[in-house]
Amino acid sequence: MKVTGKITDKDVAYVADLANLELTAEERARMLRDLNSILEYVDRLGELETDKVAPMAQVAGRQDADEARHGSERFAYASREDVTDGLRKSLAHDIAVKNAPDTDGTFFEVPKVIERS
Amino acid sequence: MPGATIDSIRSAIAERKTTATAVAQNFYTRIRQEDPEIGAFLTLCEGRALAQAARIDALADEGQFLPALAGVPVAIKDVMVTSGVRTTAGSKILDNFIPPYDCTAVARLEAAGAVILGKLNCDEFAMGSSNESSAFGVVRNPRDKSRVPGGSSGGSAAAVAAEMAVATLGSDTGGSIRQPASFCGVVGLKPTYGRVSRYGLIAFASSLDHIGPFAKTVKEVALMLRTIAGRDPMDSTSADVPVPDYVAELEKPVKGLKVGVAKEYFGSGLDREVRAVVEAAIQKLAELGCEIVPVSLPHTEYAIPAYYIVATAEASSNLARFDGVRYGFRAKSTTLSEMYRQTRDGGFGMEVKRRIMLGTYALSAGYYDAYYLKAQKVRTLVTRDFDEAFEKVDVIAVPTAPTPAFRLGEKANDPLAMYLADIYTVTANLAGIPGISVPCGENHEKLPIGLQLFGRHFDEANVLRVAHAYEQSQKPA
Repeated sequence: MKVTGKITDKDVAYVADLANLELTAEERARMLRDLNSILEYVDRLGELETDKVAPMAQVAGRQDADEARHGSERFAYASREDVTDGLRKSLAHDIAVKNAPDTDGTFFEVPKVIERS
Repeated sequence: MPGATIDSIRSAIAERKTTATAVAQNFYTRIRQEDPEIGAFLTLCEGRALAQAARIDALADEGQFLPALAGVPVAIKDVMVTSGVRTTAGSKILDNFIPPYDCTAVARLEAAGAVILGKLNCDEFAMGSSNESSAFGVVRNPRDKSRVPGGSSGGSAAAVAAEMAVATLGSDTGGSIRQPASFCGVVGLKPTYGRVSRYGLIAFASSLDHIGPFAKTVKEVALMLRTIAGRDPMDSTSADVPVPDYVAELEKPVKGLKVGVAKEYFGSGLDREVRAVVEAAIQKLAELGCEIVPVSLPHTEYAIPAYYIVATAEASSNLARFDGVRYGFRAKSTTLSEMYRQTRDGGFGMEVKRRIMLGTYALSAGYYDAYYLKAQKVRTLVTRDFDEAFEKVDVIAVPTAPTPAFRLGEKANDPLAMYLADIYTVTANLAGIPGISVPCGENHEKLPIGLQLFGRHFDEANVLRVAHAYEQSQKPA
């Protein structure tokens, strides 16, 4: 599993698109330079033989996870029954929309998504 | 109030030598004098602070027992939400965000009587090692104002160093508590993963983020940890592990404890003076009766590349929520997709965009195995190194950072050089073990140097005990 491929202008544009970023021409040029420099440094991970090493997604799993199970069931220890009282109550409607840049008091308002034909 | 400690303030209020209100007002006066040159505070919450102080004074008037942090002025890194008090994460995208609830760690401090003075500057979304990526200006190191305080919890370290708060909370994803503690000459602790609830911490990299305290002394840090630690039903990653009395544990002897020294932390990148000062500190631990044992952590050099893949991958996912719909900044646009892009373009700074891009790339189709999966496997190797070392020793002593505080602007245009400032701290985040930085001397320019101590999972008691014994040995006789 060799880490290969330095990124190109096209990659920067593609990744920016995935990340919902636009980036100015200047930012794209800087991104190209910085990401290539960082990824070149990251390439040294390829020096390590890791075919038989299990990936570690999180620390908490090490204490309590049931390694015999798969997927989210490994972390069953972390789930509990729903609690309706005792924990924080759901936010009241007016509080939930209070920080919204645009709201009619009931909904979050956004620019229209579907164009009329 | 120079020299004030948690205990001295609480006792003075209990003995009616002063009031919590007077203490809070004194600290605000000091902040107004000192902070214009330092830049540690982003928001002051005087109304909330004085209301809490009045509650403490009422308890004292009635002769009631005062809780452990009664009347103690503290401040909070601006990545922890505070009900009704602006919380920015150092980002323009949250410039006007007023959270509707409190972070658990903040609520626990207040329940123990602490007076929250305000919110502290930090790198944007805690992404940085110098506090220079904050959208609200740099923080200057109180020990030398031409230098950075470290980051990302630069404001938290500087506020304690300049005595604008007795203790503070920071967050540490790759060294963001310990490195600024080292740079500013204060004590900073990153607890075990799961020791302190992260409910209300604005997420950067969820498998690496920790909340922890800063103070001038190890004892005060122990008291802060005792207050904020423990299971929280609001955070499923908080561990149901008993919380010892960390303050009482400090007094147990350190004689006979085994202290590991890892040669990988004393390589060619380490500043000569930092090496000499840290080696002298380890010699002091030997004189105190600790047994010094060489250990090896062979995958240390791979920790930074693994860390910057894991952390940025998680960040790219966590920061997807900032889209201008429910809170924060929104750019004016005519279509939804344009609004998302222009909001994120205008709201995020360069370092945040860089990390979102790197993380998105590492998770993208065709690169996941080569980068993200590979980094997770290397994380296992780094963690195993510690598991093996801790079969032989109780704590591990190393430098906190390879250099003392660097100059403002020195690394600002070289992200890789900035990332390497975390070379000795990211390992503890990958493994989830506790780590403390305790001041252990200065270089020829009087810049502070930190000794870092690592411990086993949930063994903050030994880490604090060794740090305390070292600190006490440095007091003038």
